[in-house]
This record gives sequence, C-alpha cells and structure tokens, in this order.
Amino acid sequence: MYTSVKASLDAIKRAEKLITDDILSVEHPLRAAQIVESLSPLVEKVMAEGSLYDPGLGALAIIQAQGDPIEAAFLLRAYRSTLPRLGYSIPSRSEDVHVLRRISPAFQDVPGGQVLGRTRDYTLRLLDLSLANGASFPAAAGRDSRSSSENHAPPGDAAQATKAPPEFPVVLDYLRKDGYVEEAPAGSGEDEPFDVTTEPLRFPAKRSARLQIMARGEAGALLSLGYAAMRGYGESHAYVSEVRVGSVDVKIRHPITGNPAAIGRIPVTEAHAVFPGKASLNDRRADLTFGYGLTLGGDERKAISMAIVDENLSQRHHAGGLTQDDEFVLQNIDCVESSGFVEHLKMPHYVAFQADMQRTNRITELMKRVGRNGNHR
Amino acid sequence: MATIAELLERSGSRHSGYSYAFLDETAKRDLRRAMLKAVAIPGYQVPFGSREVPVAKGFGTGGLQITLSIIGPGDVIKVIDQGDDAGVNANNIRRLIERTTGLDTTLETAGATVIQTRHRVPEEVLREDQVLVLQVPYPEPLRLVERSQTAARTMHAEKDYARMWLALYEDVVRKGEVTIGAGYPVVVNHRYVMASTPVPRWDLPKLHRSKALHLFGAGREKRLYAIPPHTDVAPMEFEDHPFEVEGFGGTPCARCGAAATFLTERLNADGSRTLTCSDTAYCDLRLTGGKAETWY
Repeated sequence: MYTSVKASLDAIKRAEKLITDDILSVEHPLRAAQIVESLSPLVEKVMAEGSLYDPGLGALAIIQAQGDPIEAAFLLRAYRSTLPRLGYSIPSRSEDVHVLRRISPAFQDVPGGQVLGRTRDYTLRLLDLSLANGASFPAAAGRDSRSSSENHAPPGDAAQATKAPPEFPVVLDYLRKDGYVEEAPAGSGEDEPFDVTTEPLRFPAKRSARLQIMARGEAGALLSLGYAAMRGYGESHAYVSEVRVGSVDVKIRHPITGNPAAIGRIPVTEAHAVFPGKASLNDRRADLTFGYGLTLGGDERKAISMAIVDENLSQRHHAGGLTQDDEFVLQNIDCVESSGFVEHLKMPHYVAFQADMQRTNRITELMKRVGRNGNHR
Repeated sequence: MATIAELLERSGSRHSGYSYAFLDETAKRDLRRAMLKAVAIPGYQVPFGSREVPVAKGFGTGGLQITLSIIGPGDVIKVIDQGDDAGVNANNIRRLIERTTGLDTTLETAGATVIQTRHRVPEEVLREDQVLVLQVPYPEPLRLVERSQTAARTMHAEKDYARMWLALYEDVVRKGEVTIGAGYPVVVNHRYVMASTPVPRWDLPKLHRSKALHLFGAGREKRLYAIPPHTDVAPMEFEDHPFEVEGFGGTPCARCGAAATFLTERLNADGSRTLTCSDTAYCDLRLTGGKAETWY
C-alpha cells in the first residue's frame, strides 16, 4: 500500500512541478510590477472575484496561475481565508467617488456634465500590429494623466480644477425626487452588512448579501445573466441613469476617537439603472424600478450587468423569470464555487460509478427482456 | 488549553506564513459551533460560513474544513478517496494537513483518530474514539424533488417527505426498483431525511448505530451535518421493495480474496474486468495476515 501511496504522491508532485517549471523556466519571466502596470483590468478582475484588494498579491496570483483569472481569483480567496475579519467600513455614497469618468446615457446633459474620460467604447477595434514590435502608441511620450477631472475641467481653467473637486450629483436622486423611481429596496440602510464570507446565505437573501455576491461574482457569468434578462428571460430593458468610474476612500471608525478615518482608497465602478413600465393605477407604484451595480476596478460591463440583475432580483415577487430567482442567480455566479465543482468531475469517481452502474445494469437487462413496444420477447 | 503560538511551536513542519491548520481561529470556532449543533440535531443540515481552502470547491472543502477545525496535537489522520489512501486527491489533502499541522498520518484505519473520506465508509468497524469526516457534494437529499433550498428547508422542518416517498414510488413503478445507486437517502434518528454523501448502498448499514461520530461537510453548499454515535439510520424503503445493497455475484477480491467487501472495477484491455477491494487498507491488512472486526 505504502508504495502506491508514494507513487500517487510522486505523480501529483510531478504534476505540480511541471507547472512551476513552466513558470520559472521562461526566458522573460514576468514581474508583479509589470502586470500591475500593464494589465490592470485583469488584476482588478482577479481582486474583485478573489474578494481581496491588493494589486501586488493580485499580480502574484496571476503569475502563479499563468494568467488564468479564475485560478488566480481562487488563490486570493484561499489566501484571504487565513486572515481574520477585523471590521466593516463606513458606507460611502456615490458622491464620495473621486470621479475619473461619469456619464448619464439617460439624459443629454446632467448636472456635473458628461465626463467621457477613459473609455474603449468609441475606439476602433483595429488590431494594432505596430504593438507587436514593442512600438508604443504615439501619445506615450507625453502621456495624459488618467485623471479625467482634468478632462472635465474646461480647457484653460486650471485654477478651477485645483480649487475644489467638481461635483457630480447623483442623477437618480433627481428622478427619485420627482416620484418617478421606487424608493430604495428594503435593507439598503443596514449598518452592518450581511457578511457572505463568514455567514451562510439564507433565502430570500438580504440585499447586502446579494450585492456582495454579485460584486465578487464572475464577470462573464453576470454578463450572461444580464444579457439573458434583456433578451426576455427577465423582463427588463434598462436605461442607465449613470455610470461612475473612479476611486473611493475606505473609511473606518477610529478605534479610539470614534471619528471616521480613511485607511486607503480602492478603484470602483458604479452603475445605476432604471426600468420603466412598472406602474399601475391600482397600487400606486412608481413607474421606474431601479438596479444597482458596483464592482472593484474598472469593469463597466460587469457593473451594468449587475445593476440589471439586481433589479431583476428585486422584482422577484412580480414575475417568474430565471434571472429573478435569487437562489438560482446567487448560487451560480461564484467562479470559485462553479469552477471547482465542474473540475471535481476529473477526480476519481469509480465507487459511485460502480454503485450506479449496478442499477444501470439491472434496468438495461430488463429492457433487453422487454421489446421496444413493451411486449415481452 | 494551548495557545495558537504553542500549537505552532509544537508542530514541526508548518508552512511558513500560515496559521496552524490553515484556517484562522475564528473560522474554526464558527465551524465547531455548527458541528455541536449538528450533533445535537442528528441529520439536520446546519448552515455554516464556509471558507475557501487551498483545494478547489468540489474536491472536499467541506470535509477538509471540518477536519482542520477539530484536529490538534496527538491526532493521527487518515485520508481516503474512493476507499483508497493512494488516491491523488487523498494524497493532496493529506499533504495539506501534514504541511499545516505537522501531525502524523497513517494508512491504517485502526491507527487513526480522525479519518477524512470521500464516498466510502471503511470496511473495518470504527471505535468510539474515532471520527469519520465525510466530504459531501450535494447535502440536500430533497433536491431530487425540490430545487429551491428555501422550500426544501420548510419541508424538512415540517417533516414533509411525501414528495420524496412519491419519487421513490414512481421509480419503482417505472423501473421496477429504486434506481438510486450511490447517495441513497436515509432517515436519521427517525426524523430527518439525509443525503448519504454519496457512499454506495453497501456502506449504509455501517452508519446505523455506529460507535464513531460521523461528520458530513459540504463546503460549496455551506452545510454540515452529523450522525452522532449510536444513532438509528435507516434507508428509505418500502415493505414490498426492501432496500438492497450492491452485490458482486460471489466474485471475491482478485487481490486478497475477500468475499464480502465493496469491490471496484479495473477495465482490462480485452474488455474484461478485474474486481478488487475499494478499501485498500483493509485489503492490505488481509494480505499481511492482520485481523480486524468488520461489519460482515
């Protein structure tokens, strides 16, 4: 027995070594700093889905996972299990976001202005062959600051930009003030969030739990559900009242003074979406329902998908679409859970297969004895 | 009671940068509280705050979290997968436990205080001082008839198993028998219907009034449950369609010659099958002339 245990242990050690050799033996090994610098969407995705904000560790995980984002997120998740939960931050408001980009597709113009900022939305998707030789974009020499608060400031008005940060009122608030939008769903004001990393989920899930699970959900899974909801598997066409990209200070209560204290800043993307058509003369509901999306990093696609699905889940009592079922949505979008379970099928299953095959055997024999039309042969 | 620092010191080969048995102490306490509840309500699924561990979900994270939360200095650990100590996943879990605790591991069933297993209950009779930790993929037996977790919890609370019985009955009507092979549903302590992990039917009689504590962990599904020692465990069956375990047509193990163990198949090049004991430790024991009390 010992020898076969040893042989199998050797096999898994060698399998592991084939991977570490691959990582270590490349001619141009990547350094974490390069990845943080060049592949920020990937690092942000891995940190968001890994539920841990640390670009250095995120980049390290990407190197160790050889660029596989789900594997990298998993590495971060496992690492965070070793860390105690020390507390919860003070809630931030949309207005607290240091805006780099902010648009409101629902209106031609909004207070604070449309700030296009940095976006790929209107780039031409032409594969730039000059990048292959390490050539850089012409603009690289005089690289624009990524801060679009400068873009936002009118040209030549530098003094204005340094005086005070521009203000971006929340577009949704105007709609809500006028009675067009439903009130925020119950639970939005919870002081301490339901912590999905330390408590098991119960259904119907609290909104804070739902938002957490989606915020760390797999971007592709959310995209797929948000898309399905728009195509008729929910019942929603969203109008995006606002997309906000920037960073936000993380504040906690100072343990001694009790005053708010900023402990760091994280990049975030927020999406507000409204959905017309819900009012009726019978129950005086506001006509617009509302969905909220927020993710770590700059993934606008994920934030908007999340806003669509959030609205769908809020409407669970009113319809029966798949994307309105919180058990379905919230239990199937976590990349660590879904990838692990799908991949576990590669593990030995021969005991259960043996047990099931005995039943298969019996029914197959039985079918052989009974003709196709049900007559005994 | 030892401090974490003392435990760390006593354990020889810990993995640098990580705490004893990997999980942080709050997480372990959470898990142990859930386990106490599970023991107090046999067969009831206790929701717990499942953490991520360094093996993938679906590879035994629930069982592993239980094991990591209950072990300490003096424990001897055995890990099996499909009954086999040499399974790749068993090896991987064993080396994680060794690396983060420095505890001794063993291949012998009798020599272990905690046995973590996937899909099998050992053939040797377990003792009062042993704990069997089972890895669970689907903790909810009612998922067969009800996909909503909320609805299933209500059915358990009301002991409403009518649809479950009906599903088994329909199986008998359509196919002549209950066709569930592995993971056959059982009733624990005359109260809760429980998913049997999936172990083969063969292993179910071993759960009935066992002297050992059985802990079941489903990490991905965030549920754990228990069968305390000496608890009644009965498969769901009809009087006129009694529950049956697997049979091997009298074929003995090709390796040790045992006539009454659960056998697994190796497919040969000519299409024939060779059957050997799934419990490799018991097979080895027989080959070396050792004796052990079995269930048969």
